[in-house]
Amino acid sequence: MEKFDAIVVGAGPSGNAAAYTLAKAGLKVLQIERGEYPGSKNVQGAILYSDALERIIPDFREDAPLERHIVEQQMWVLDDESYVGSTYRSAEFNREPYNRYTIIRAQFDKWFSKKVQDAGALLICETTVSDLILDGNRVIGVQADREGGAIYADIVILADGVNSLLAKKAGFHPELDPKDVALAVKEIHFLPQETVEARFNIGEDEGVVIEMVGKITKGMMGTGFLYTNKESITIGVGCMLSDFKQQKTTPYALLEEMKAHPAIRPLIAGGEMKEYTGHLIPEGGYKAIPKIYGDGWLMAGDAAMFVNAVHREGSNLAMTSGRLAAETVIALKEQGKFMTEANLALYREKLDESFLMKDLKKYKEMPGILHKNPQFFTTYPELLNKAAHSMLTVDGVDKKTKEREIRRNFVGKRSLFGLMGDAFKMWRAFE
Amino acid sequence: MSEDNEPRKPARRKVELDPKLAAYKGVWVFVEHERGQVHPVSWELMGEGRKLADKLGVELAGIVMGTPGSESRQFCSEAIHYGADLCYLMEDDLLKDYRNEPYTKGLTDLVNRYQPEILLIGATTLGRDLAGSVATTLKTGLTADCTELAIDMENRSLAATRPTFGGSLLCTIVTLNYRPQMATVRPRVMAMPEKDGNRTGRIIEHPLGMVEESIITKVLEYIPDNLQGKPQLAFADIIVSGGRGMKKPENFQLIWDLAKVLGAEVGATRPIVQAGWVEADRQVGQSGKTVRPKLYIAAGISGAIQHRVGMEDSDVIIAINSDPNAPIFDFATYGIVGNAMVIVPALTEAFRQHLSTARMAG
Amino acid sequence: MHIVVCIKQVPDSAQIRVHPVTNTIMRQGVPAIVNPYDLYSLEEALRIKDQYGGRVTVLSMGPPQAEAALRKAISFGADDAILVTDRAFAGSDTLATSYALASAISQIEKDIPIDMIFAGKQTIDGDTAQVGPGIAKRLDMQLLTYVSKVREVDLENRTIIVERRAEGGVQVLRTSLPCLVTVLEGTNEMRFATMSNMFRAARYPLKTWDKEKAGIEDLTKIGLKGSPTIVSKVFAPTPKSVKAEIIDTESNQPRDLAVTLLAKLFTKKPNLVRDIAKNAP
Repeated sequence: MEKFDAIVVGAGPSGNAAAYTLAKAGLKVLQIERGEYPGSKNVQGAILYSDALERIIPDFREDAPLERHIVEQQMWVLDDESYVGSTYRSAEFNREPYNRYTIIRAQFDKWFSKKVQDAGALLICETTVSDLILDGNRVIGVQADREGGAIYADIVILADGVNSLLAKKAGFHPELDPKDVALAVKEIHFLPQETVEARFNIGEDEGVVIEMVGKITKGMMGTGFLYTNKESITIGVGCMLSDFKQQKTTPYALLEEMKAHPAIRPLIAGGEMKEYTGHLIPEGGYKAIPKIYGDGWLMAGDAAMFVNAVHREGSNLAMTSGRLAAETVIALKEQGKFMTEANLALYREKLDESFLMKDLKKYKEMPGILHKNPQFFTTYPELLNKAAHSMLTVDGVDKKTKEREIRRNFVGKRSLFGLMGDAFKMWRAFE
Repeated sequence: MSEDNEPRKPARRKVELDPKLAAYKGVWVFVEHERGQVHPVSWELMGEGRKLADKLGVELAGIVMGTPGSESRQFCSEAIHYGADLCYLMEDDLLKDYRNEPYTKGLTDLVNRYQPEILLIGATTLGRDLAGSVATTLKTGLTADCTELAIDMENRSLAATRPTFGGSLLCTIVTLNYRPQMATVRPRVMAMPEKDGNRTGRIIEHPLGMVEESIITKVLEYIPDNLQGKPQLAFADIIVSGGRGMKKPENFQLIWDLAKVLGAEVGATRPIVQAGWVEADRQVGQSGKTVRPKLYIAAGISGAIQHRVGMEDSDVIIAINSDPNAPIFDFATYGIVGNAMVIVPALTEAFRQHLSTARMAG
Repeated sequence: MHIVVCIKQVPDSAQIRVHPVTNTIMRQGVPAIVNPYDLYSLEEALRIKDQYGGRVTVLSMGPPQAEAALRKAISFGADDAILVTDRAFAGSDTLATSYALASAISQIEKDIPIDMIFAGKQTIDGDTAQVGPGIAKRLDMQLLTYVSKVREVDLENRTIIVERRAEGGVQVLRTSLPCLVTVLEGTNEMRFATMSNMFRAARYPLKTWDKEKAGIEDLTKIGLKGSPTIVSKVFAPTPKSVKAEIIDTESNQPRDLAVTLLAKLFTKKPNLVRDIAKNAP
């Protein structure tokens, strides 16, 4: 059977970044995707981070399918009927080159994949890699689920997503802990372009991102979000899988309630729901990162748990890790070195040097802390909203009394000790 | 029919029909028969053809092609009883079994000689085989699987309506500058007309003009179907159908149970058939069978148009669906919003009780 | 043995939705697939190739995206693929399509003589089943539609015997080669593509023919000009004025709902009891 320089398993952002970089450097690359076409297994409606993509395809803006560039970011802390929010909107974000865009994954992945193929990589779809071919401990190829599907390469890059069964099978990756993974659901609602723009106060091509936290996740650790696309809205919510199992509620039920929230309902009114998809998102952060390289293999993207849940950054980490994996392979090839575990440690070095590992390290305590402190998702949102409501309602009560009442509420619910502890925890989580 | 991606703009230009083609007059219906029986679709089309001919003020003719003998003449009389003014008869031993070559030649010869403006053929296996060949030979337009036929009096042209884009929408197609305007219609889409045994009309004979040696395809054998146990949805009085809302193949047993109590046929939507839960013969819908039973019970069926066009002319439609916004509630007679898995057995029991009381009383 | 298989790339109609307000087709994200009926014909052609040897050439007329459908056919084992694509073909109805395909097939014939042409029974976007018969007529070939089985191919005597589905039974027909066959759905099951065929499909240098290469002689016979049928309007079905009467009871228990429904049903249609009793056990 044919032999390649590199096999990339998966045609999502990390796989495409790796395959593109390798092919552009003149290596013989095979990319295998289990979906019907690249993007078919990826969830719709997402954010594209220009910086990560620029470092791979500098002129992507010329022909990439981009929905809207983001000019405004909102953060909402929701109670049952209200929210306290903050907004950052900047004319700076409206100056080219734009920093973030909303995209529709099915279209974007197709575009990216075409670039990969134009660069010379061979892409095979509708084919699942069922096993890694090992020689002792060394990965020497992959076994695909077709007749004659044993293919060999010097290096195999596992970019097959959060459910990387391959890695699990080969023993690199323990079973996914429900505590380390979130289950998110998204819907796309179609609205006429003018409606989107009028509702969100944006012009043509401008976009808004709303991140939400609070009672919408019913005490579970999670967030909601809403993005504006050209002619649609993406709305979704995700919580830790372990929480869902405990609460015995479903993501879909959560999303339905969220859509009915008085602040959210008018934003999606009149839309036609087209697509409903669910996906697992790695959320364990730094502490959940498995073994990411070994004899003859590297792992990138969601498969390696490279997701910064705090800032909801995943696809940029995926692309960056895919690129760095490829650069590692290219460097070793140039130096005439073999793809041994020792040599591939260069990958880890590159990751450590980049923002990727630095950010993940920074937030490594966050998942643990948040998980043990549900008050951040229930009590605080409630208190904040009540406080805001009180201050903003003019009802004849003097302001000083109001402030005292608010303080009393906070202390009452959390105790002075608890409040200080919470502040400390937050500081630790962010440090 | 345009196989293009986007529907073109409506044809607004006033049609200047070539005077040679303007001379084409009359509505024809091809009378399909096999083994001594006329396929009911031909009579359904005859009824429809009568309306079109009346609107145009022209004659309606039946086309009978078969072997010499009383049978063919019998078919001609029937055609006239069902509304034809005359019948063109082509008799020849070579027409004994359907074969594409002689039938195509015969029908195109008739068309070229007697020049109808409209030619209707039933969309059966025979009809579709024949229609495509005839339309290509005559270099004219053919619209297939029409759900509605009408005359646009401005042009005196045939407006043929059919589902498009997977059945989500309907489109109307016209053949403005070519004659005859051909259309095929699936069985049971049009209503069966009344038969008037007193009607008389004339028969015009025309020879086939072929010899066996020149016909390349030979029929070696005919193996009739064993109809025992085969579903006969097209003519069933009562049908119980299940769709994706039944969720699992095991649940489909509930449909069978209800059908048994009612003595009904079992039908299904396309996804159910494609998933292999029931045989393809049971598919009701645009690409399955069109049915017009007295009672149609739709369980777990959303009522999307692909299915709707296959059953919306049923006398009474009872719909069971857990989604109150399901399109089926827009055109059903009665609806129950609920979980089919509990409603269907409840209905089975209720019908069983009602029937046994009725039997005891009656 | 050289078989030409005509295929078409179509939108997956099961996924097409209509915009509730504008009544336009929402094409976003509707994947394009190989017309499912064509796969049965392709598989049948590949089986004949397996048995008798030879080549299978796949042909399609369509926009540039139709390339994906042809590569799919190669992945299943077809030897060659030709995409006939030209702006001049836009707006073609079935008469114009059969003319274009027949011309292309005549060009193919010049290089390698053709023994059989396979085509899909019908398309899921047109449903007309006309292109196959149209091609046969134009190439003056025998037409065998609704074939459920190819019993025998005799290359020496240039004959073929098939079973053809008729309304009440099966015809066994013998005719001479070359001929055009359309295959009944459900006749076979498409094979799984081998890895080497997947590679070949990804690397295959697709042949693209414009109207000149396809041998189109009469431009008035293609595209809009060559299409006798015109779509005069597209519309959503008119909503029925009377919606369903939803059965509602206080308890909302299935039993009560059923009983209430039957009461209403048999009051409205008393004769229905008789019709049911006729067939019921």
